Amino acid sequence: MSQTPIDPHSPWQQMVARFQKDKIGMLAAGFAGFVLIVAVVVGICSCFGLYFPHDPNQTDLERKLLPPNWVNWLGTDNLGRDVLSRILQGAWISLSVGFIAVSVSLLIGVFVGAVSGWVGGWLDNLLMRIVDAIMCFPSFFLILTVVALVGPNIWNIVVVIGLVSWTGTARLVRAEFLTLREMEFVRAARSIGQRGWVIAFRHVLPNAAAPIFVTAVLGVPDAILAEAGLSYLGFGVQPPQATWGNIITDGKVYILDAWWLILFPGVAIFLTALSFYLLGDALRRAADTRAERK
Amino acid sequence: MALLEVRDLRVWYPVRAGVLRRVKGYIRAVDGVSFEVESGKTVGLVGESGSGKTTIGRAILKLQRATGGRVVFDGKEILSMGEREFRPMRKRMQMVFQDPFGSLNPRLTIGTTLAEPLEIHFPTMTRRERARRVGELLEMVGLKAEMAARYPHEFSGGQRQRICIARALAPKPDFIVCDEAVSALDVSVQAAVLNLLMDLQEELGVAYLFISHDLAVVESVSDEILVMNGGVIVEAGKPSEIYGFARNEYTRKLLSAVPRI
Repeated sequence: MSQTPIDPHSPWQQMVARFQKDKIGMLAAGFAGFVLIVAVVVGICSCFGLYFPHDPNQTDLERKLLPPNWVNWLGTDNLGRDVLSRILQGAWISLSVGFIAVSVSLLIGVFVGAVSGWVGGWLDNLLMRIVDAIMCFPSFFLILTVVALVGPNIWNIVVVIGLVSWTGTARLVRAEFLTLREMEFVRAARSIGQRGWVIAFRHVLPNAAAPIFVTAVLGVPDAILAEAGLSYLGFGVQPPQATWGNIITDGKVYILDAWWLILFPGVAIFLTALSFYLLGDALRRAADTRAERK
Repeated sequence: MALLEVRDLRVWYPVRAGVLRRVKGYIRAVDGVSFEVESGKTVGLVGESGSGKTTIGRAILKLQRATGGRVVFDGKEILSMGEREFRPMRKRMQMVFQDPFGSLNPRLTIGTTLAEPLEIHFPTMTRRERARRVGELLEMVGLKAEMAARYPHEFSGGQRQRICIARALAPKPDFIVCDEAVSALDVSVQAAVLNLLMDLQEELGVAYLFISHDLAVVESVSDEILVMNGGVIVEAGKPSEIYGFARNEYTRKLLSAVPRI
């Protein structure tokens, strides 16, 4: 009865099916998921004072700077703290920083992008010039300056990273809104008499969900790396709280004598960031309907 | 008095050029069009792509700002109304769009899509009444009430166009603009949807402005035909007049382009 075959799968199901065929994407999703679960378990346990395998802040000067051994699987640092415990603790802090910073940047980016793309006109021009202006600053130095001014505690860092990283999301959401607002179902919603802001939230925003989700995933490693960079320079989360960045900072003095202090947290940062980037890329490929014909 | 009266309607798109985006001139998509639609009748609007047909449809429903002229619906001039003032009248003037794939939100179930005009125009309806009305609407266009739970991707082009017709019927309008409503469909499906539109007209007394590039389709449904070219109406008349003795050169060209089977 129709000229086009009916596709029994929703766009979302098709995206999942395409993603499942992507080996790198599945591998990255597996690793990112593993890190996430470990981080959350460590985070919950530490709330109840439970630590694995040791207390990450327990110093033991008789056991300082030990290479990996049966008690301390990844060695100990200059104060005799267990490196594995600190990396696990760091996973919780670093990923929290990543996710909260991304949430902040999404909140601002989606709002600004949606208003810009939906309202258009002079407001769109104004908002996009502000975005351009913020993008002109080297963001890391902007973060560094602001953190230096407001003080380096974990909440300031998270908010500041979020506050400077929303511009890409805003541009993307604006572009999606510009495309979607010309769609016929949006015109149809207007013709049945729906109010403008209801159309924007009910008809347009949900259809922009996939690309927003992709940028969110890609934003997590950016935030983790930014925090690691800040910690390395001493403006990050302050010791004794462990993050992947400040474990490296603490260890850099001993780089020639105690390689394990730098290598393991470095590997943790590298693999986590890489897996989130690959996951984001795979999701982007899966969300792209044009890729289907390959 | 006619239900809809269009007088000297103009829609000009400004052409901007240069660094300062100054207006250098206008594209006259619709340039002084006048016609009337009687209650319960169908007026066909034909012309090739770019002749301004769709723009007229959108301008009448205020989905596109008109540059000048008057549109009088049931005695009220609507072009000068603000959106807030006009919103209650949208209930009476609806549209069926060209692309059955683009005109339904892929993220909403058919039931949600059909309930939306009910929520807006019949705010006192309870949830249960709305669900029942959605079922009625689906049955009215030849679908099943249970289909309300499904998403647009589960339907064929013809079925989707029926859903779009159901959405347009939901607020109980007096007038529907059918913008190339069957052009994207197979010939056999076209006939079914056209018959549906004609049956609904008989049953509900709704008037149509039927926009199409296909003279054969327009001839079969219209009480009166307007032939458009380059933003103006070049010929108007009853289908038999137009087909029998087209006076205008362009109409004759258009007629000779209709394939004979």
